[in-house]
Amino acid sequence: MNTIFKSMSLFSFLLLGAQVPVLQAQEAPVAQQDEIPQDDELPADEAHASETPAVSPANLASTAPAYPELLPVYKQFGEEAGLVKLMDVFMDKLLADSRMRPFFENADQARVKKHLVEQFCVILGGPCTYSGRDMKSSHAALGIDRANFNALVEDLQWAMNKQGIPFRAQNKLLAKLAPMHREIETK
Amino acid sequence: MSVTKIKRKALCLLLISIATNAYAADQEDSSFDNGGKLLLTGGVTQLEGSAGGGLTPWAVIGGYGTDDEIGANAFYTRVNTGSYHLDDAGVMIGFYNRVELSFAQQRFNTEQVGGLLGLGDGFTFKQNVIGVKVRVAGDLVVNSDSLMPQISVGIQHKKNNQAGVLAFIGAKDDSGTDFYVTATKLFLADGLLINGTLRFTKANQIGILGFGGDKNDSYKPQLEISAAYLLSQKWAVGAEYRMKPNNLGIATEDNWFDAFVAYAPNKHVSFTVAYADLGNVVIKDNQRGVYASVQVGF
Repeated sequence: MNTIFKSMSLFSFLLLGAQVPVLQAQEAPVAQQDEIPQDDELPADEAHASETPAVSPANLASTAPAYPELLPVYKQFGEEAGLVKLMDVFMDKLLADSRMRPFFENADQARVKKHLVEQFCVILGGPCTYSGRDMKSSHAALGIDRANFNALVEDLQWAMNKQGIPFRAQNKLLAKLAPMHREIETK
Repeated sequence: MSVTKIKRKALCLLLISIATNAYAADQEDSSFDNGGKLLLTGGVTQLEGSAGGGLTPWAVIGGYGTDDEIGANAFYTRVNTGSYHLDDAGVMIGFYNRVELSFAQQRFNTEQVGGLLGLGDGFTFKQNVIGVKVRVAGDLVVNSDSLMPQISVGIQHKKNNQAGVLAFIGAKDDSGTDFYVTATKLFLADGLLINGTLRFTKANQIGILGFGGDKNDSYKPQLEISAAYLLSQKWAVGAEYRMKPNNLGIATEDNWFDAFVAYAPNKHVSFTVAYADLGNVVIKDNQRGVYASVQVGF
């Protein structure tokens, strides 16, 4: 089966001309590795806070908007303890995924996880405060495209499945996260 | 309620219960594969080779590629309706989540009806369909905070190989082109996908019986509606309705209906099984049966 896919893929490559970037996204994160500052991280990194303009409250509000009506979903995620466990599984998955590893391997992973717990907690109506940076400035330097964004969503889905979070609860959260592509993607 | 209606409902319930049980047994997830789109958000392949539901094109661009990727699919579909069967196969390439090119060949076997009509048992209409679809606005998945759907426009050019028979039954042409505009919205929080397609067509039984006829030979708008409910990343159930014109004096043509279950264990393969009700097809009423489709992609 795999051989068939490979030969078909080769066929389409020949058909379309060698300059066509077939499956470019697979290689893209690796190519970007050199451009990523050593201490950078994806969701919320204060390391550069001094270098970036002051964060507007509006940007921050769109980073961790609170939806009190999602409190039942917060409970389905196992509240804060559940979110902490989820982020452990999620980060392991991100580091194991060749598409995502370049974005996270040199980040302060503990802090990324902390900020993700806070962010998800706030969004799901939980009693948390988000202490990270806004989505736009924290992702500006990373050169993230739609394929990267979707790959991260897949890994999050994988982690949520692993934690036994009901599919419907997952989608309630994803529906709030998905519009953030506008702040996260820069290409 | 007629026996048929009860049967139809029972079948739908059966399909849903199969999917639900299989889903329950499938909670332990295997790893996802490469390709930028989320599982099942590329749809499956519809009868004429475009990405969509089983009967109708959706606004999605086939394959799992995103804005900077190329994805491709091949499919095989078999429909058994009682008095006839259809074999349908094709390939599709999606470019940069923007343009989709497709080719499909349909072979409609008249089985013993061919004999009754003097064409011979197993007489087969063969039709080739070339499709082009372009995404013009929206994104299916990520705009979950607005009502904006993904919108695409497309054409399907069809050529039937039985010009003589088609002329004899009153069709005006053995080839024709359908034009359509399609809007697909995923309500992510609810796991619900809704599609509406408006198709301008002269095709009789999607072109198997030619194009135009003694009763009408002009383009007529036809509405096609799909709804799908995502049970998990891998399982979806849904239903579709496709209106069709009625151009031929020799046989009435009914609107089509199906209820389907789709399963995508990974991004390289998906399976769709449906119960399809095609109504009257030439001299045979109540053409109902099983639609089964497999799609492979990379």
